[in-house]
Amino acid sequence: SPRRPSLAEMETHGFSFVGPVSGAAASADPTKRTMTPIVTGTSVLGIRYNGGILLAADTLGSYGSMARYKDIRRMEQFGKYTVIGASGEFSDFQYLRDHLKQVVLNEHVIGDGSELYPKEIHSYLSRIMYNRRSRFNPLWNSLVIAGFRDNTPFLGVCDLVGTNYTSDTVATGMGAYIGLPLLRKGWKADMTRDEARQLLESTLRVLLYRDCRTINRVQIADLSAEGISISEPFQLETDWSSADHAPNSHDGTW
Amino acid sequence: QTCSFRGVSVCFAMFRNQYDTDVTTWSPAGRLHQVEYAMEAVKQGSPAVGVRSNTHVVLATLKRSANELASYQKKLFRIDDHVGIAIAGLTADARMLSKWMRTECLNHKFVYTSDMQTSRLAVKLADKAQVCTQRSYKRPFGVGLLIAGYDQTGSHLFQTCPSGNFYEYKAMAIGARSQSAKTYLEKNFEAFADAPLDVLTRHALLALRESSSDNELTPLNCSLAIVGVDRKFEIVEGDALEPYLAQINNDEATDDAMES
Repeated sequence: SPRRPSLAEMETHGFSFVGPVSGAAASADPTKRTMTPIVTGTSVLGIRYNGGILLAADTLGSYGSMARYKDIRRMEQFGKYTVIGASGEFSDFQYLRDHLKQVVLNEHVIGDGSELYPKEIHSYLSRIMYNRRSRFNPLWNSLVIAGFRDNTPFLGVCDLVGTNYTSDTVATGMGAYIGLPLLRKGWKADMTRDEARQLLESTLRVLLYRDCRTINRVQIADLSAEGISISEPFQLETDWSSADHAPNSHDGTW
Repeated sequence: QTCSFRGVSVCFAMFRNQYDTDVTTWSPAGRLHQVEYAMEAVKQGSPAVGVRSNTHVVLATLKRSANELASYQKKLFRIDDHVGIAIAGLTADARMLSKWMRTECLNHKFVYTSDMQTSRLAVKLADKAQVCTQRSYKRPFGVGLLIAGYDQTGSHLFQTCPSGNFYEYKAMAIGARSQSAKTYLEKNFEAFADAPLDVLTRHALLALRESSSDNELTPLNCSLAIVGVDRKFEIVEGDALEPYLAQINNDEATDDAMES
């Protein structure tokens, strides 16, 4: 079965991996390759405002339709300038977390005073994702990479096939279908942090109502000149009363 | 004993040692003679000067030609938009190294979408050179480089040696008669950090002139490279050099006029 290259090999060989890359040997042993995600996170939203970035994600790890793990952290900081949010297979995000932590540490250990830029991390992740998809063993995630450095905000996306881009408004998963049109409609250049936060929260609320794989326990990350902060999980105010007036909503009740 | 190699004359004034056959043999005095002989090849190359300010790095080199019919040997190589090198020593080795450096920069750019840091490139090159000092089946590279680059941490000038050592400099000269250039640089380097580009190039050329045997820099025998905050690595040669050379010649005329 194809051996997963070690970190040392990735460092020295770059992306010319040792071991079978194609052919019968590579497609053998499907139990060692992610074919379907098991524990998944739903949407991650991102928006750029005048002076920074806001990211949002809930804290749910779904096990199919079961709301199994209610306090997982799908957003994490890497280095001084970058936050990454992940939707999709959570174990693959855990792997990426460990790997990126090591990458950041290796940079630090070189000791020449330079640190990875958000766009460099975005580019590096894109190369990893594309390389994995080309070997038919993807990291089943859609990642949002947000950063703020040298007074410049950065907001990018990279998915499990390696498609990557930057934008003022981003969303993964269900959020890309339901949330993104709302974010795009509400976004304007030079919006303030508070305006962006309101837009983000109202979009999150819509997703809470309409996406079946969410829970009302969300985090918001803020990247700006003041630094990076990822909030503790909190609840959004919701109003389900309209459900009581839906047709046939009284069946079996009085 | 003299031998000619690709138009570069190498003269060994030193005595023969019994411990200099292999690069992997130490001498009783704790030296690796083969490595030192390789550094000698660098000293025999024509002079190259590098000067650095906070915003720019300038490389100035003297090119040699084998005879009147021949072209002048190339001394400057562009590695990437933000970094380039001046060489002294075996040009063939230099071409291999510059090809390798270009690939390293391109690979980095492909993965990270950003310029590779000059210091990281210098370290990788030094480590590559060191390997050749510790294998019985290899020989050291016979070329010294001045690496000039501008990246996210600012302007940088590095020197690399066949020994695998590398050093960062505010100003440096390598090759034949480089000591004369170094003397000029030692006298003037304190002015480099804040110098505007035209002053910096003037210093580079004046330092280079100290190393030329006949004190004459011409558009044919001289080449210049500039890289900096607003400037991709660019080699200036031939007629394009006229204004730069005129600048140092005019200053001299002014000095003479003031003296008389």
